[in-house]
Amino acid sequence: MAETVLSTHRLSRSFGPFKAVDGVSLEIARGTITGLIGPNGAGKSTFFNLLTGALAPDAGTVTLAGQDITGLPPSRLFELGMGRTFQIPRPFARMSVLENVMLAPTGQVGETVWGPFLSRKQMRDQERQIRDKAMEVLEFVTLGALADHPAGKISGGQMKLLELARVLMGDPALILLDEPAAGVNPVLTETLIGKIEELNRQGTTFVIIEHDMDLVMRHCDPIIALSEGRIVFQGSADEAMTDAGLLDAYLGTPLHA
Amino acid sequence: MIGTISYLVFFATTASILAIAVLGLNLQWGNTGLFNGGVVAFFGAGAYGTLILGGTPQDGHLGGYGLFYPLALLGGMAAAGVMAWIVGLLTLRLRHDYLAIATFGVAVAFENLMRNAEWLAGGAKGVRGFERPLRDALGDGFLYNIAFFITVLIILITVYLFLERLVASPFGRLLRAIREDEEAASSLGKSPSRIRLTAFITGSVILGLAGGLYGTFYAFVSPQDVLPTLTFQIWAMLIVGGAGNNRGAIFGAFLIWGAWTASGWALSRFAPVEAQLYTGSMQFVLIGVVIVGMLMWRPQGLLPERLVVSQRGSKE
Ligand SMILES: Nc1ncnc2c1ncn2[C@@H]1O[C@H](COP(=O)(O)OP(=O)(O)OP(=O)(O)O)[C@@H](O)[C@H]1O
Ligand SMILES: [Mg+2]
Repeated sequence: MAETVLSTHRLSRSFGPFKAVDGVSLEIARGTITGLIGPNGAGKSTFFNLLTGALAPDAGTVTLAGQDITGLPPSRLFELGMGRTFQIPRPFARMSVLENVMLAPTGQVGETVWGPFLSRKQMRDQERQIRDKAMEVLEFVTLGALADHPAGKISGGQMKLLELARVLMGDPALILLDEPAAGVNPVLTETLIGKIEELNRQGTTFVIIEHDMDLVMRHCDPIIALSEGRIVFQGSADEAMTDAGLLDAYLGTPLHA
Repeated sequence: MIGTISYLVFFATTASILAIAVLGLNLQWGNTGLFNGGVVAFFGAGAYGTLILGGTPQDGHLGGYGLFYPLALLGGMAAAGVMAWIVGLLTLRLRHDYLAIATFGVAVAFENLMRNAEWLAGGAKGVRGFERPLRDALGDGFLYNIAFFITVLIILITVYLFLERLVASPFGRLLRAIREDEEAASSLGKSPSRIRLTAFITGSVILGLAGGLYGTFYAFVSPQDVLPTLTFQIWAMLIVGGAGNNRGAIFGAFLIWGAWTASGWALSRFAPVEAQLYTGSMQFVLIGVVIVGMLMWRPQGLLPERLVVSQRGSKE
C-alpha cells in the first residue's frame, strides 16, 4: 500500500438542515490520480472546500502528510503543498494573465510595504526568477501568448488552464481540480490531461472532480463516487466500470469500455 | 498681478494637499477595493494630531506640546494610522458594505467628539495656538506661501513616487488580487485580512499626512473642517480622475477642486441673491451630477488604471 498523502475522517458539513457532506472518510495515496464523481449536488465541491479550508467542517478531521490540518485557512494549506482550482474559474480579472501567475509563489520579499524599498535588489532578482518560471508554466499550459492579456478577457477554458498555472507556481505535492475539463474544448482537454499525467509521473498527486465519465475512466484510478454527501463507491477504475449499481443509480448513463 | 499669482498659489497648495489625500484613498479603494466611507476622520486625525502636538500650550484643552514640526506631523500621521488600525481590526473582517458603513460612522463619531469634547481639542472653537513652522524666518506673506507650496509639492511628488513603486511591486500585485477575488487569493497562499489591514493603515497614514498639512496651512482646525463634505469631495476626485491610477488621482484632485472653486465663484457672482444662500448645496448637486455622469459614461475615470504587463521593467 502506497503512502497516504491526504486522509479525512468522518468529515461532515451541513447547510441548515441539509447535509452536503455526511461523514466522509477516505485516503488518497501518494502518486495517484483519483477521480471524484457523483451526480450534481452530491457534495463534491463542498468536499473540496472542506479539504482546502475554504469551508469549516461541522465535524471530522483532515490530515495532510500526517499533519492534522482541520480548520487551517486556505492560505496556510497552499503553503503546506495543497493547491486547488475552482469549478467556476476565479481569475483576477483586471490583472494580466502573467500577473495572475506571478502572484502565487509564497515568501516574496516584495510582498510587504517596506520590502520594495528596503530589499530592492533582492526583490528584483526574485521578480526575474518568478517571471521566468511563470512564463515557463504559462507555456506549459499553452497560454504563453496570452501573458499580457487581462485575465478577465480570456475564454472560460483558458481560465481553467490559468488556474492550473497559478497552482503550479507553488509546486504543490497535491492538486485538487474541480471539473478541469468543463468548458474546455476536446483538443485542449487532451492537452490538459497530458499535462496532468506528465506532472503525475513527476510525483504530483491529483484528485479530480469530473463529470466526463469517459475521461475519468481512462485517466483516473482509483475512483470515488459521492452521492448525497456519502461515499457510495470506492475502488479501481476496472471495478467502477463493472459496478452496475454505480452506473445506474448515480451516473444514469451506460458505459462502454 | 501679484494678487492673481497669490491666489493661484493658494489654490494649488490646497489642491496639492487634497491630491495627497486622494492618493491615500486610491491605495485603499483603487488598488485594494476597500470602501472607506469615512475619509475625513483619518484626514482629521492627522490635522488635529499635528496641531495638538506642534502647538503652543492652550488653556482648557489638550495639547500645546510644542513639538518640533516634522515630529508633530509624523505624530498626526501616526494618529491616523492608529485609528485605522483600530477601525481595521474591528471591521476589515466584515466585507465591503459593512466597512463602508462602519467607516462612515467613525467619521460622524469623530466629528461629534471633536465638537463636544472641549477638553480634548477645544470643541467647536477648534484648536488654536499653532504657529506655522519657520514663520519667524519667512514672515507671513507671499514668500511664506510660496515656500509652503513648494514643500507641499515636494511631499506630493514623494508620496506619488512611493505609491508608484509600491503598486508596481509584488505588494501591489497582492492588493489587486485581494480587490479582484479574495477567495482565489487565499487559495494561493495569501492572507486577505492581513493585506487589507496593511493597505487600510497605509492609506490612512497618507490621509493623515494630508490632514496634517491642511491644518498647518490654516494654522487652525475645527469641527467644520471634518464634515462629510470632504469625504464626498475626495471620493469625487478619485472617481473622476480614475481609481487605480495615481496620476488620475492627482489629476482628479486638481480638476474637481478647480470645478468646485469655480462653481462657487460663478454662483456667488451670477446667481440671483436669493439663491446665494444655497450656493453650497448647489455645488453639491453639481458634483453629484458629475460623479453620476462619470459612473455612467466612463466608470474607469478620465485616466483609467493601466494593466501591468510583462514588457515593463522586465528583461532589462
Ligand atoms: N454555501 C452554500 N450554502 C448553502 N448550500 C450550499 C452551499 N454550497 C453548496 N450547497 C449545497 O450543497 C449541495 C452540494 O453542493 P456541491 O457544490 O458540493 O455539489 P457538487 O457535487 O459539486 O455538484 P456539481 O456537480 O453540480 O458541481 C448542493 O445541494 C448545494 O446546493
Ligand atoms: Mg461542484
